[in-house]
Amino acid sequence: MIQAALVRPGWWRALAYFLIGSGFGFALVIGLRAIAGLDLFQTEQTGYPHIVVPAITGPLGFLVGIGCFDYWFRWASGAPTIPDDHADHGARTWRDYFKVNTDHKVIGVQYVCTTFFFFFVGGFMAMLIRAELAQPGTQIVDPGVYNGLFSTHAALMIFVFVIPVFAGLANYVLPLMIGAPDMAFPRLNALSFWMLPVAGALFLASYFVPGGAFDAGWTGYAPLSTGAPLGQSFFNLGVQFAGASSVATALNFLVTIITMRAPGMTLWRMPLLVWANLSTSLLVVAATPFIAGVQFMVLFDRVLNTNFFESAFGGDVISYQHIFWFYSHPAVYIMMLPGFGIVSEVISTHARKPIFGYRLMALALIGIVILSYTVWAHHMFVAGMFSWLRVPMMITTLLIAVPTGIKIFSWLGTLFEAKIHLKSTAMLFALAFIVTFTIGGISGVMLGMIPIDIHVSDTYFVVAHIHFVLFGGSVFTIFAGVYHWFPKMTGRMYDERLGRVHFWGTLIGTWGTFVPMHWIGMEGMPRRVADYASEFGAWNLEISIAAFILGAVQLVFLYNMIVSWRYGPKAGPNPWRAKTIEWQVSSPPPIFNFDEIPRVVGGPYEYGVPGARHAIMAGEKAEVKPPERTEAGIGAAS
Amino acid sequence: MQGVPYLRLLGLVVALTVVTSVIMLIPDWNGEQASTAAPKIDQLLDVAIILSSFVFSVVMVMLGYSIHRWRARPGDESDGAPLHGNTRLEIAWTAIPTAIVLILAAYSWIVLDDMEATASNAMPVEVTGQQYAWSFEYPDENIQADELHVVKDRQVAVEMRALDVLHSFWVPEWRVKRDAVPGAPGSGIDDDFVVTPDRAGTFTLVCTELCGLGHATMRAPVVVHETQAEFDRWAAEQEPIPPEQPQPAAASSA
Ligand code: HEM
Ligand SMILES: [Cu+2]
Ligand SMILES: [Cu+2]
Repeated sequence: MIQAALVRPGWWRALAYFLIGSGFGFALVIGLRAIAGLDLFQTEQTGYPHIVVPAITGPLGFLVGIGCFDYWFRWASGAPTIPDDHADHGARTWRDYFKVNTDHKVIGVQYVCTTFFFFFVGGFMAMLIRAELAQPGTQIVDPGVYNGLFSTHAALMIFVFVIPVFAGLANYVLPLMIGAPDMAFPRLNALSFWMLPVAGALFLASYFVPGGAFDAGWTGYAPLSTGAPLGQSFFNLGVQFAGASSVATALNFLVTIITMRAPGMTLWRMPLLVWANLSTSLLVVAATPFIAGVQFMVLFDRVLNTNFFESAFGGDVISYQHIFWFYSHPAVYIMMLPGFGIVSEVISTHARKPIFGYRLMALALIGIVILSYTVWAHHMFVAGMFSWLRVPMMITTLLIAVPTGIKIFSWLGTLFEAKIHLKSTAMLFALAFIVTFTIGGISGVMLGMIPIDIHVSDTYFVVAHIHFVLFGGSVFTIFAGVYHWFPKMTGRMYDERLGRVHFWGTLIGTWGTFVPMHWIGMEGMPRRVADYASEFGAWNLEISIAAFILGAVQLVFLYNMIVSWRYGPKAGPNPWRAKTIEWQVSSPPPIFNFDEIPRVVGGPYEYGVPGARHAIMAGEKAEVKPPERTEAGIGAAS
Repeated sequence: MQGVPYLRLLGLVVALTVVTSVIMLIPDWNGEQASTAAPKIDQLLDVAIILSSFVFSVVMVMLGYSIHRWRARPGDESDGAPLHGNTRLEIAWTAIPTAIVLILAAYSWIVLDDMEATASNAMPVEVTGQQYAWSFEYPDENIQADELHVVKDRQVAVEMRALDVLHSFWVPEWRVKRDAVPGAPGSGIDDDFVVTPDRAGTFTLVCTELCGLGHATMRAPVVVHETQAEFDRWAAEQEPIPPEQPQPAAASSA
């Protein structure tokens, strides 16, 4: 019984392998140090190799134990692979969501639920931040804890909420949208998912190590980070797992989109969500290795004394910022482009209109991808980098507003002579997104103008800007996407009344919280401070109250989702009467998505065009044969 | 397109632009001005606000009008008009924003050059940041202090250095900010800047780069003297720079 539990992939084996992995890492360090004649335990604050190495080997053990590698190991070692009986495909009970599963729909749900878990944890930290800032002085947390709070808040929100939740939503709908039976690499897909809880757990575990949670901000600038207590190493490692997860998923999306589209789905017939994820994936695969590399460099500086960023030993402090932002600026588009895709789907569906300027919309995405590699140093206008780099980076930064503006205006053009239905909460969030994101874009242009940035850089103006684009931008589109595809994923409708409460509460809360931050920033309040000059007291109190409202209405969302998933009325296949392929199958879709691969015969948004079709589904015309090319693609992939 | 009152919408955009700009230009967003750079930056901000108000108004009018005019009646299940685009419109909303941002870029560049023009009579000051205090050295007067004293209308040439981690020098009323980077000077790091205070008084130097536990309270008084003579009197009372410079601490700690 116990033996069987330890042989079969699953949580017991994961626990066992986690312990074995950690123990191995621990023994390795102690053993090597003993052989080298060093003190067995190195506990200077940045060292602790006997904890850092197990923090790598333990999670790897967990991933092996839970079963991410079973098939590959058997294959690689030449042992007979167990013929796939599809037992790990699809979910029959809720328990199947807690296992390694290769079905993109199950993985999509796993992603969304896990990332929202971290959203609520990170949101709880935001509430603690606002509680501390409600009044000047120090009330509930001391400065050390405070620095840990905003650092973990941001790390959770960025690395294990916004970036992966988009991957999760796309995981669910993208293969359906392009008429594919699954992602190109289902097992890699499962591994990508399981690395996420590992990353989140590492971030959170930093609270329990000597010296407390990492506290150098989500940017982890050297040399503050290279000299920080042990928790910083957990940030360095968490980013590796989150980054590996992102890269693997992006490769998966790229191959899926390029090779597995249904016959007839030319590039110009792809829904914009597919275009958006294609663009995002191009950013992820090329940019993410930079943050992975730079976090390893910090880790090596900390544990191996490599002195990459130690100026006293010839290291270069500013190079950290260049490498970091070479990833992290594209990352802001990684956090926004998929949302652009969602908004395009939602608006065209609920406005019953073709997307205005579809091709320019797709080209704008590609333009953003290219430009976003050329702007990173706008985060460093006051950093002391080479001063000649500033003006060119300002020009590219401001130019990137142009393709972004094209997208905004094209959504507005889509509303022209439309039939706008506001009953869906998804549509409300999509429309509100246009307004809040415009404001975030405007403050972004201001930050791109060097003289203005010199004044407001590293102040609450930046905090306001971040949240207008990340909350008013990314998170609004995430809500739009979750509401829009909730019926597809669960087969049930959510409660629109609660949805509207959530929407209005979130809209008012976001503005009430983040608008005044612009003002106090311009007037002189720096960011990342637990205490501030008392003249900012009144606005901070208002901000905190609005933030608590914003936090509280998220519980309405949680309640709506949980209760509707269980008890909501049945949704039917296509409650929004949308044209894209995911709505032409049942809700939730059958285990392999399609009995036969659909055939694409037109654009994705042909609302109002008499007789136009996007796709012909199996059974509609008997002579449609499942295409060879796609079958071969699947065969090669598994 | 049937019966869209384009002219009136355009009028609405203009009106909204004017109203938004006027409201947004009333507050002194950046607070008191106390350097020659401050009015230039604030004027740049004003221009940015006006152009942004225009963009914002276009978005709000288009959105508001569309929802008002084309909201589906209850029970209306029909589709909207099958418009796929309009090349002239698309060119317009590519070209106009491009022009706007290029204007802003050019103007920003001019202001930047202006702010960074150096004067021959500038007073050199070496500003050192370390966890969690600022210190100031005046090589010409050969003195050191833990307050920053300067003279009204005389340019200050600040040279930044950091002994442990990054810090950042910000006097909000001067609108200038620059990081102090460990490893400077002489390492290719460009952390020197100039500023010309033009108002006498007492201000606060704020650290704006996260530097550890004491970051929030890492501040120093800034005194701008009315005259050079007043400054000289203060300088005469200060300690000389010790001949042996204190060696920077090798490693940082939190
Ligand atoms: C409930 C809503 C939220 C509130 C009230 C909130 C509040 C805050 C506050 C007050 C700070 C500034 C801390 C400081 O500088 O001292 C902050 C930082 C930050 N937040 Fe949020 N936040 C919320 C949601 C989010 C979301 C959804 C995201 C991202 C998707 C996010 C990303 C960030 C980032 C990147 C920082 C910068 C942290 C740093 O300086 O290292 N926040 N948040
Ligand atoms: Cu950026
Ligand atoms: Cu500081």
